[in-house]
Amino acid sequence: MEKTTATPPKKLGLKEKYALMTRGLGWEPTYRGADELYDQIKFEGIKIHDWSKWEDPFRLTMESYWKYQAEKERKLYAIIDAFEQNNGHLNVSDGRYVNTLKLFLTGITPAEYGAHRLFAMLGRQFPGVGAAIACQMQAIDELRHVQTQVHTISQYNKFFSGMSEWRHMTDRVWYMSVPKSFFEDAMTAGPFEQMIAISFSLEYLLTNLVFMPFMSAAAYNGDMATVTFGFSSQSDEARHMTLGLECIKFVLEQDPANVPIVQRYLDKWFWRGYRLLSLVSMMLDYMLPKKVMSWKEAWEIYFVQNGGSLFNDLSRYGIRMPKYWEQTVASADRLSHETWNTFYNFAGAAAFHSWAPSDEDMAWLSEKYPDTFDQHYRPRFEWYREQEAQGKRFYNNSLPMLCQTCQIPLNASEPDDPTKTAYREVEHEGNKYHFCSDGCRDIFCHEPEKYVQAWLPANQVLQGNCFEPGVDPEAPGFDAAAELFKYYRLTPGQDNGDYRGSKDEANWLKWKGLAPADAAEAA
Amino acid sequence: MSVEIKTANLDPVRNTFGNVARRIGGDKTASRYQEGSFDLQPVTNFHYRPLWDPERELYDKRRTAITMADWDALRDPRQFYYGSYVMHRSRLQDASEKNYELVEKHGLLKRLPKGLTRRLKAALLPLRHVEWAANNNNCYMTAYGYGSAITQGTMYNTMDRLAIAQYLSRIGLLLDDNTGESLEAAKEAWMSDPAWQPLRRLVENSMVTKDWFELFVTQNLVLDSLLHPLVYRRFADELSDEGAAVMAMLTEFMDAWFNDSSRWVDATIKVAAAESDQNKHLINAWARTAVANVLDALLPVARLMYFEDGKKALDEVYAAFQARAAKLGLTV
Repeated sequence: MEKTTATPPKKLGLKEKYALMTRGLGWEPTYRGADELYDQIKFEGIKIHDWSKWEDPFRLTMESYWKYQAEKERKLYAIIDAFEQNNGHLNVSDGRYVNTLKLFLTGITPAEYGAHRLFAMLGRQFPGVGAAIACQMQAIDELRHVQTQVHTISQYNKFFSGMSEWRHMTDRVWYMSVPKSFFEDAMTAGPFEQMIAISFSLEYLLTNLVFMPFMSAAAYNGDMATVTFGFSSQSDEARHMTLGLECIKFVLEQDPANVPIVQRYLDKWFWRGYRLLSLVSMMLDYMLPKKVMSWKEAWEIYFVQNGGSLFNDLSRYGIRMPKYWEQTVASADRLSHETWNTFYNFAGAAAFHSWAPSDEDMAWLSEKYPDTFDQHYRPRFEWYREQEAQGKRFYNNSLPMLCQTCQIPLNASEPDDPTKTAYREVEHEGNKYHFCSDGCRDIFCHEPEKYVQAWLPANQVLQGNCFEPGVDPEAPGFDAAAELFKYYRLTPGQDNGDYRGSKDEANWLKWKGLAPADAAEAA
Repeated sequence: MSVEIKTANLDPVRNTFGNVARRIGGDKTASRYQEGSFDLQPVTNFHYRPLWDPERELYDKRRTAITMADWDALRDPRQFYYGSYVMHRSRLQDASEKNYELVEKHGLLKRLPKGLTRRLKAALLPLRHVEWAANNNNCYMTAYGYGSAITQGTMYNTMDRLAIAQYLSRIGLLLDDNTGESLEAAKEAWMSDPAWQPLRRLVENSMVTKDWFELFVTQNLVLDSLLHPLVYRRFADELSDEGAAVMAMLTEFMDAWFNDSSRWVDATIKVAAAESDQNKHLINAWARTAVANVLDALLPVARLMYFEDGKKALDEVYAAFQARAAKLGLTV
């Protein structure tokens, strides 16, 4: 047969090709109503007039997606394999470092799973094909992150405590209700709030403060497995951040009536996110044997500067900085110290170890926090160390009062007074509810019917809901703590308490061939 | 002869996570599929009822009438976790990519007789909308299903269906020299050609199904098992007989995908049906209803492919499905 001499086919640009391959896939249903097929899209009051105005941020066809992602996975798993084969966990800066991974596995990994399911909801709920596909791709990416994190941390779980029962614990242990309630709050909201909560507020505004500190911490502390995972997921995260920005612009451009709704979501989710970041603040300032940067520095760069310029961009739509952002700056000198103090207190009921900062740690803290550390926090930690030296390590065995919204114990100080515990109270239908801040109180007041449902761990313990079935709290000799640990699947004397004297410490010294005195030096 | 490298031996404190150890019969080394698949979904102590479903919890077993003592018993015989999934699909599409390149380079589709080209456009291209619905339906199962083991499989299926829709779009672009006209015509047929309306009605009905396991049966077990072999196996074979082997090259991915996916679908149905008589009864009833509806809806489409032999082709595919269903304990 002769070669065809017809005009060659039109050359397609990436954008055009993607549009032809995907855009036209959807259709206006006629046998069932569009309201039936997409039944969640209207109840929040957000108005979308034209879904085709959605700009596809990635234009990734499945063929390129599989190709790129498979290449990344091949490299990542090759490194994880090598890490395991060579006992790479022995190369971290110090055994204490592994506690950040415990926090990561029980705090961040379940959140990634929540994000996976949340984006699957959006991938089905958005009637626009471009928006739906972008969400579906993020849904499967988030599943990737859950699994690669589990596979990365798998090796640490083989050698260190506190990780073996992570899935059981995240549904039960008190402080894990902070990230759990955060994500469940987002997932139980309407689709646009879901999107703004996670895709914009968390991914775009706060990713650099949630995800990157852990990955940088891994890099600084010799954790090759985790930092490799971090590098491998960086391009996914960049895509997710782009999606977050695209979505907020799209919603704002569709109708001016959307602006006040979006502003309220931004206010709420900024504050929710900030309170969640308390855990990151203490990780940066207290948990790293080799420090990356202080919380205050991170907040200044990633929120005040980067976030500020972002909100500046959005001001043309009528969006302002999130409510109470000034308070976060005023408290940047205090957040990590107050949070770590809480975990030092309640180490007996936590699944990771805490410890009083060393001389060297305290010198660093004094330098980074010249206005607050020596004055307000050093004396407290020195007292803890004295007690410890006398063999009386201080454990707080009471149950803390929790904020009804963020579920963090009321440990934060008033924005304008570091010596006074911040406390707000609201009466609703004859009950009193307690809050850590104006931001958390306002969130409650806007949707009290939602937040009265919160499963507050301390309250649940007192109500007898945190024991295994069949346990009788009235029985003689009932040991509440022991029964609570059984419910948590927390092994006392192994998973909890101070790092000094823990099994983790003993094993670390043995594997590294160090005596306890050398260890202090190595640290 | 083997060469040994001396490495420092360090005994681990434990071999795997507690939840995995309880599932695999003790603390032993677990596979990546096992560590990455089970118990990932929260199961208790939920904080808030969803605004979009205030009668139920965020993750709720009651979103289907099927009951399982352990939802993570629905395992994937392919043992796909994200990494193994994308690597598998990437290999599969490498082969397809070569076929598409070859077809494009030599203008193979353009050499078909006009009658065949018309038949391809009329019978094949509107199916990209069916795949988009399959994508949405699997995304629904991923969002509202119960248990991380099964919703992981439906997530992969979601993306697979998008890929198939995109492959079909590429066939259209090969046929219309990248103008997109054939895709527009296919959409018009999908929206208003009488031959496609029963199938579109069936597909829209599937998209409002609330019970996610019923949707799994309708979409992944019944519709896929009758439609995919009818088109991507049988129609491709028939066109090859007529001198258009190029069709088999361009739909090779779909054919391979269907064989791969069916292993997972069958394993899921088998385990769920074996759990209880009630489950088996429900699945069978859903499957029978779906089979009746799908056969009706596919007949006009089968006639676009096979003309007067449409009914015969559909009957053959149906008979093969009955045999497959019987192995799963179902009578359809």
